[in-house]
Amino acid sequence: MSKFKRKGKGGTPGISTASLPDIVFMLLFFFMVTTTMREVDLKVKNTKPNATEIQKLERKSLVAYVYVGSPKDRLATQFGTEPRIQLNDAFAKLSDIGQWVETEREERMEAERPLLTISIKADKKVKMGLISDLKQELRKAQALKINYSATPGEIFGGKKK
Amino acid sequence: MARREAPEINAGSMADIAFLLLIFFLVTTTMDVDKGISRKLPPIIEDFVEPPPPIKQKNLFTVLVNSSDDILVSFGRSGAGTDNREERYVQAIEVRDLAKVFISNFGKDPSSSDNPQKAVISLQNDRGTSYEMFIAIQNELTAAFTELRNEEAMNRHSKKYKELTKSQADEIKDLYPQKISEAEPVNLGG
Repeated sequence: MSKFKRKGKGGTPGISTASLPDIVFMLLFFFMVTTTMREVDLKVKNTKPNATEIQKLERKSLVAYVYVGSPKDRLATQFGTEPRIQLNDAFAKLSDIGQWVETEREERMEAERPLLTISIKADKKVKMGLISDLKQELRKAQALKINYSATPGEIFGGKKK
Repeated sequence: MARREAPEINAGSMADIAFLLLIFFLVTTTMDVDKGISRKLPPIIEDFVEPPPPIKQKNLFTVLVNSSDDILVSFGRSGAGTDNREERYVQAIEVRDLAKVFISNFGKDPSSSDNPQKAVISLQNDRGTSYEMFIAIQNELTAAFTELRNEEAMNRHSKKYKELTKSQADEIKDLYPQKISEAEPVNLGG
């Protein structure tokens, strides 16, 4: 009787998933652009201290990282809990730093070598003795541009001290 | 000859491939941006180089941090010698304001710094000082300079320091040079 016949059964039509790949690719590109490859396998505990006056390190390729902290729990039986320095993928002694700075310099182009920055990523529980030793070694190696890595935030996490 | 239609490739699994890639990148990468307090270490002093001339006591603002993270700030006083300097035990958050007053004295108070170009802030820490405290003090001292620069930028150009052009910023940088010295490590004990 009615002019408009219902076609087939009612119910909702299936949602097209044709644009799903596009969405996922978009997410993929977002993550590819905003993140960086994890370069080293961290062997030390690394909770960076908070600071407000921080600057971004501009050129990643000109930055070399030194990690300082107590060995992670799974390595504590082997290496103890005393804070240690990690260069690349292994624990290092203070005397290795000069050599390491030299290798890092060699990897950069000659014109950019003076711009090499050493980023010190130290755990906030580390005592300054080790950091001072590290700084002395860096001075000896003529690597004078350094950066104390920190997380944005109020000092001491906003707690009064 | 009849042209045969190329059969369409099923793109249904494209999403799966993209998801796979996405998860791979999520796992292997970090969002960790490198931010921190930049500093320049002084070169090692060679034996044959003449030691730099001493700094007048009144132009020196010393922050000492001992192994129990107590802070002693000493500054001021025109006379020679270290005996008549003002010394104060302070909290970390008080350092910023003390440093600001010291740097921006411009000779008003004869016992404080002559001008910001001559004012030197020296930070000395013990081997037992925690890194967190060290960074906190570094942060507060940097903040003192940032605030002074911002105030000056506001006065001159009614803009924040960061928003200035290069030449404007350099002028203010010259007015308030960031002179923070990290002294040679010592054992303060305590």
